[in-house]
Amino acid sequence: MTRLLASILLVFGLIAGTAHAGENLGPEVPEALGPPHPEGNAYWRANHMKLLLHDRDLTMRLGEREIEASLKACVTCHAQTGPDAVPIPVNESGQFCAVCHEFAAVRIDCFQCHTASPDVASVRLLLRKYPDEAELVAFLEGMKLEGTDE
Amino acid sequence: MAKTVYQELKPTARFWIPGLLIGAFLIAAAWAVYQAEHYGHIVTGMNNQVVWGLPHVFAIFLIVAASGALNVASIASVFGRAAYKPMARLSALLAIALLAGGLAVLVLDLGRPDRLIVAMTKYNFRSIFAWNIYLYTGFFAVVGAYLFVQMARGMHEKWVRRVGIVAFLWRLALTTGTGSIFGWLVARPGYDAAIMAPLFIAMSFSFGLAVFLLVQQLLFALAGRPVGAGLIHRLGRLLGIFVALVLYFTAIQHLTALYAAEHADIERFILREGGIYTALFWGGQVLIGGLLPLVLVFHPAAAARPAATLLAAGLVIIGGFAQLYVIVIAGQAFPLESFPGYEVSSSFFDGVVAHYSPSLVELALGLGGIALALTITALGAIVLRILPQELSDSALDPTATAASSNAA
Amino acid sequence: MKLPALKTPAKDITEISRRELLRSGAALATVALAPGVTLMAFGGTPAAAAPADPGRRWGLLIDVNRCASDCDACVRACSEENGWKLDGNPETDAQWIRKVDLKDRETGREVSLPVMCQHCENPPCVDVCPTGASMKRADGIVLVDKHVCIGCRYCMMACPFKARSFIHEPLEGQKSHAPRGKGTVESCTLCVHRVDEGGTPACVEACGRTGNGAMIFGDLNDPESEISRRLADYPSITLREDMRLNPGVHYSNL
Repeated sequence: MTRLLASILLVFGLIAGTAHAGENLGPEVPEALGPPHPEGNAYWRANHMKLLLHDRDLTMRLGEREIEASLKACVTCHAQTGPDAVPIPVNESGQFCAVCHEFAAVRIDCFQCHTASPDVASVRLLLRKYPDEAELVAFLEGMKLEGTDE
Repeated sequence: MAKTVYQELKPTARFWIPGLLIGAFLIAAAWAVYQAEHYGHIVTGMNNQVVWGLPHVFAIFLIVAASGALNVASIASVFGRAAYKPMARLSALLAIALLAGGLAVLVLDLGRPDRLIVAMTKYNFRSIFAWNIYLYTGFFAVVGAYLFVQMARGMHEKWVRRVGIVAFLWRLALTTGTGSIFGWLVARPGYDAAIMAPLFIAMSFSFGLAVFLLVQQLLFALAGRPVGAGLIHRLGRLLGIFVALVLYFTAIQHLTALYAAEHADIERFILREGGIYTALFWGGQVLIGGLLPLVLVFHPAAAARPAATLLAAGLVIIGGFAQLYVIVIAGQAFPLESFPGYEVSSSFFDGVVAHYSPSLVELALGLGGIALALTITALGAIVLRILPQELSDSALDPTATAASSNAA
Repeated sequence: MKLPALKTPAKDITEISRRELLRSGAALATVALAPGVTLMAFGGTPAAAAPADPGRRWGLLIDVNRCASDCDACVRACSEENGWKLDGNPETDAQWIRKVDLKDRETGREVSLPVMCQHCENPPCVDVCPTGASMKRADGIVLVDKHVCIGCRYCMMACPFKARSFIHEPLEGQKSHAPRGKGTVESCTLCVHRVDEGGTPACVEACGRTGNGAMIFGDLNDPESEISRRLADYPSITLREDMRLNPGVHYSNL
């Protein structure tokens, strides 16, 4: 009896230990720009592949464009912006997709065809929750420069 | 007739050289697959006009020859010719090996071979290609079962016959499916003909038996076991009939097309003005793969020598590759007629004969398929009791002894 | 789609409630810059809410007489819109649309016209595709689902118009609305991303901008659409009519 108890305690101890270790060893995911998912990050972390797979068929085969899980929307919201205001592809090392997929050693081929960067750099800057004045000024300056190029 | 004793092939020192040679081809094929995977199909000679190239010539040859290699077993158990029975196991093993080699080439040439699982799980049953996936995998199962009932101890003869009949019908369906990949391509004037299915069946009889003859000879030579001259002579005459059958269907195919004015251009292209394709048709398919083998197996002086029959088998294989090259490549190189009555030109090679020159990558991949088929055959013969101890004429049929000693 | 209900895709499409679900990410694409000034990032137009409509059949009418032989505005517009380009390898580079010059062998009449995927009602490419990657949408647009394309190229063998291209090399810098990648087959999508938002294909727009106005886009099933009225009033043909594929692309004055 005591042996059984001891082993149960040991198992619990191990689980608690690994769970605790997991917190420290997990990848550091870059913060997204939009508001949090109402379903929670844990839900999306566990189900994003199923949701993306499901919704891609809705768009691709049925022409349904208003979907919950669109790769394009993921990329737009989750891509980080470099110091030069140019978005960093989400499949680059340390970026949103790569950081977990490298950690979990799961290879994805999404970005062999899909672009890993959001469409327009300027839109991305404005999508931020609190764009500060300096950024807005820099953006407007950039718009001017683009205008003179044309 | 004495009871046939089957025995595993002993891997002796004689296997070193052919083994290393085959290994080199397999390594070359692995290199080719890596090239195409890493850089894309740009490293092949294929392009947006000729989308199927040399790998498909090799793959289709191997797949067609696979079903033909089963003939010897079918003759023994379906048509009840006991003299062919000792070779039936090798016939079934070779059929499986050739199909595996052909499919490997086909799959590794896909744009996305990593998605093989998609091809195995998602089907469009309007596609003859999808049907073929079932025909190919089913062929492995049916011929595997056929080999099993032949080799299982205490298996009643009736089961060999029954499974043999299923395997025979399956191989006919398989080659019909392979021919129909081209026969049902309504858009291209070089294809779009129901005769493709029976033509491919005739080709499978011919190529398959030719490959069987050579592989049997090679394995028995390596094993140091005798093959009777009378047996080779008989198989050679059978090969002659199949070669004539291929020539017959080819003649009908082109005569029918020549009769229709709308097909005059493609016929002129293949039969007269197609350069390499015309040369391969007349020189490769008709002369080397047709007329010469016929002389070698039917002319009394030549047919008496086993070497002549084996040479004929080799020529049939060369002619077979030429024929498939003409079917697969020339059929695509000839321009599509989207605008009848017009001279056409564009940046996308409309209206002109498409250019195609195969690259080393494609050749290495195709030859790797052959090497794989030979590897599987040899390994099968080493671990299983596939090969009879002897195929001398006296062992096969005592009454044939006199004839063969005369012939030799 | 309701998030937990993964197994019933088709049934959920008409459900209104799904639109009321708080959509994450995509819903926030509209950003207020200043009072009265908003920026639309993506999605959001009313037309985008509806899936491909089986009551419609999108098609093109190309007036060959108005197509100038030295003009390739449609080709350039398509290339720009969808991110493909002729890159020095004409044999292997993708061409979703091309200008074809024709000369009548009997009369010597010369014409020039664009050829792209003809968006057949009975497309041979869809019939032959082993995995169902080649597909026709409910509204008649023929597409390649590159998620299930294995790159066998049988559709390219089957297409009577040489409308399809195989991607021979790894690619970078694709457009977000036109994913393309090595080892798969592709062709004109009739700018499905524009059509789904109520727009017009890039080639048609570009042709209009040149002043030639040789291309009209519209719903062949709607008798009131401009394309249907033109087809009813003037003679036109489709390519390879003998094959009875009923292409969605019509040519007049050919």
